[in-house]
Amino acid sequence: MNKTEGSNQIDSYRRKLLGGGAALAGAATLSSGVFFTSVARAKPDAEPASSEVRWGFLIDTNKCVDNCDKCVTACNDEFNLTGFGRPETDAQWIRTVTLRDKKSGHTTKLPLMCQHCAHPPCVDVCPTGASFKRPDGIVLVDKHICIGCRYCMMACPYKARSFVHETITNQKEYGPRGKGTVESCTLCVHRVDKGGIPACAEACPEKAILFGNLNDANSEIARRMASEGSTEIRADLRLDLGVRYQGI
Amino acid sequence: MLKPYWRTLLLLLFSLAASLPALAGAPRPDIPEAIKGEQCVEETGFMRRNHMNLLSHQRDDTMRLGIRTKKHSLKNCFTCHVVNGNDGKPVTASDPRHFCRVCHDYAGVSVLMDCFQCHTSVPGDDQTTGARP
Repeated sequence: MNKTEGSNQIDSYRRKLLGGGAALAGAATLSSGVFFTSVARAKPDAEPASSEVRWGFLIDTNKCVDNCDKCVTACNDEFNLTGFGRPETDAQWIRTVTLRDKKSGHTTKLPLMCQHCAHPPCVDVCPTGASFKRPDGIVLVDKHICIGCRYCMMACPYKARSFVHETITNQKEYGPRGKGTVESCTLCVHRVDKGGIPACAEACPEKAILFGNLNDANSEIARRMASEGSTEIRADLRLDLGVRYQGI
Repeated sequence: MLKPYWRTLLLLLFSLAASLPALAGAPRPDIPEAIKGEQCVEETGFMRRNHMNLLSHQRDDTMRLGIRTKKHSLKNCFTCHVVNGNDGKPVTASDPRHFCRVCHDYAGVSVLMDCFQCHTSVPGDDQTTGARP
């Protein structure tokens, strides 16, 4: 086992070297033109997620329509998150939250999911290492080693995680879920690795949820964040969130 | 009345006779044929001995690093190793005819709870992916 891990390590170094070389070559050939998109392509299957990428959302709450829950439905459909008639404990990876300004009475509605923190408290408190952050910033639960202690649920300032209380059937092949483990938004990692966008962003009729690479200055998300500004929820916690909001 | 040593001898003979079927071997599991392909992703003997290592290695690579090569993935097993039930649909791991169950039941190793409590045990329709703008 150690041997395999060792050789894998070497492989990943090789890949980085090769990747670096390819990037240089790319820069040379493209130097006169516009520098498009380091990531508009799908990640090759054999390539590990790279820390040069930081996936995230920019959510424009001004576009979020009352009585619309298409993002929530899309997420539930994508992962077969069916309820058991117990709203307190049913799995919820994304939910809509309505904020009301007491003075003016002005309300703002926004979708809230795992914020994919750069410094995730759920990872800090996990006693088994099941809660982890991928190199590209996606925070996940490794359910193979999750013991269901739910420390992460207590630690999360956004109440983003759910515990599976019931025996689950009809899981999707890209979204394993099981009783006794904690789960949350995966940023649709199965889609993202194939070059797609998360189900909620795809489903939003108002295009209020923009998905992209925060590290790529030329991506739409980074350009809009730079020009229009954005807010982190509970920025005081300094968790450096992957999900940013506008209009709150 | 038999002498004690005769009694012991008879007892021995009886127990030997009773254990004869065990010596002949318990019925071997009837392993379902793959629905396509002549050859598994590795040599058959290697797969029988090492499939679990391949799967758990792949699992960590995919889970932790996002390496999604198909060759040693659980999903890839079900592209060939599918058993169809009476309704013509693939049977799930709750059915003892399921490809994994046939040997795992024989060996008394749990696979229903360990893998298929979370993972689906039938081929899925993997038609998800919005194009990135």
